[in-house]
Amino acid sequence: MGKFLHAFFSPLGLRRAVPQVWDGFQTNIKMMVIAEALVLVLALVVAIVRGLPGRSTLPLRAIAVAYTDFFRGTPLILVAYVFALGLPSLQLAVVSHQSLITYGILSLTIVYTAYVTEVYRAGIESVHPSQRMASRSLGLTYAQTMRYVILPQAIRRVVPPLLNDFIGLQKDTAIITVIGVTDALAQAGFYSNDFFSYAGYTLAAVFFVILTIPFARFTDHLIKQREQLERGQLV
Amino acid sequence: MTETDHFVAVRGVIKRFGDNEVLREIDLTVDLHQVVCLIGASGSGKSTLLRCLNLLEPVDEGTIVIDGQAITNGQVDVNVLRRKIGIVFQAFNLFPHMTVMQNITLAPRKARGLSKDEADSAARDLLQRIGLDDKADEFPDRLSGGQQQRVAIARALAMNPTLMLLDEITSALDPQLVGEVLNLVRQLADTGMTMVLATHEMGFAREVADKVCFLDGGVILEEGPPDQIFSSPREERTREFLARIIEAGRLLA
Ligand SMILES: Nc1ncnc2c1ncn2[C@@H]1O[C@H](COP(=O)(O)OP(=O)(O)OP(=O)(O)O)[C@@H](O)[C@H]1O
Ligand SMILES: [Mg+2]
Repeated sequence: MGKFLHAFFSPLGLRRAVPQVWDGFQTNIKMMVIAEALVLVLALVVAIVRGLPGRSTLPLRAIAVAYTDFFRGTPLILVAYVFALGLPSLQLAVVSHQSLITYGILSLTIVYTAYVTEVYRAGIESVHPSQRMASRSLGLTYAQTMRYVILPQAIRRVVPPLLNDFIGLQKDTAIITVIGVTDALAQAGFYSNDFFSYAGYTLAAVFFVILTIPFARFTDHLIKQREQLERGQLV
Repeated sequence: MTETDHFVAVRGVIKRFGDNEVLREIDLTVDLHQVVCLIGASGSGKSTLLRCLNLLEPVDEGTIVIDGQAITNGQVDVNVLRRKIGIVFQAFNLFPHMTVMQNITLAPRKARGLSKDEADSAARDLLQRIGLDDKADEFPDRLSGGQQQRVAIARALAMNPTLMLLDEITSALDPQLVGEVLNLVRQLADTGMTMVLATHEMGFAREVADKVCFLDGGVILEEGPPDQIFSSPREERTREFLARIIEAGRLLA
């Protein structure tokens, strides 16, 4: 027991590990920020494509459905391996010559876009059809109706579940370590080799938690606010 | 009179939802500046007919000509058509994330291409007309039902429609709020707006309508001037319907 505590929690070990793990953690932050920004936009595009009207858009819609089904079902770790090992071996012009971090960001983006697409879609479908009808009856086009009437209402509603998915994404940046990105986890590993102490892992965990807590609190706050708003409207 | 002498001419319109034939050979004409009231039991097809008039629902058979233009041949741009036809719904359907001002100016700006200033000043005039100039910056959920419905009417009027369709616009209102909305419709009728309205307010229909149409099971069973329809209906079904309405009114009172 004493050994265990010492390995993970020795004050000296923790203090000494800070610079190295922090250095790696910055890579996690970088990956999550870029991936989140991309997911935010791409998922909205895929969600809109999935809802397009008309028979001519069927192939596009089918592709969007296949994409979300496939990547929601595939473990991130597999996607990361496929990109990091597969793309360079293809020897293509641009896509085969990216850094491991880029492949990591790509994996996170592709997998999480599939999740967040569903979140957006649920939001779009939660807007009552009468809103669309009212807008179209004013002579606004399908696109204008989406842009000014449906999406603003939908997006407001999906902020909490969207933030929840982003908490998942933040933690999953740690998975990208398997393809050789020098992130917090990798640095913690190097540290344990050099100093025979697991304190680096403890520290990495602390970093992740510290980053997630404000996110989680903010999400709770938004959910509560919405509940109050809806209760207010009922009265 | 020929087809084009009427502002609206509906001929043999059939509308089905699956196997359910909801409109069965509807014939209806509306002249310029006329107010036509559709009455009839729930499910008789009043809303569906109104929604066919601005192609919110495509018709399966028959023709509709509005202002000399056939709208049922699949050639018209529905967005252009709808800009000239205002429709107001029972449930208001204001945009909850927009202020009153934004609700009214959205379509003029985006569909008619007015500048913000032009749209705003036109909206202000309209708000004054409906007596809600102090509510421009409120969100719909801060307004009473009657006020919301007046805003919905203003939103439709902001497109300068040549035809207004009103679908039971007082049915969702508390009784004490019905008057303010009907007053506004009365004003519109006085200014010569061409209107088709579905309503359960028989007293109001009798007062403003130039023509009353009784729908029954997807057909216009009987039509005529309000005095004739309400005082001496020819059809047994019309008599039954009116008797039921009067009965219900008595029960409510
Ligand atoms: N979108 C739809 N899909 C399927 N059936 C529909 C649809 N809209 C209306 N109907 C059916 O069409 C019939 C006529 O409905 P409609 O709403 O036009 O009646 P209404 O006269 O307006 O009735 P109410 O007085 O209750 O408003 C009803 O049987 C209804 O169930
Ligand atoms: Mg109806």
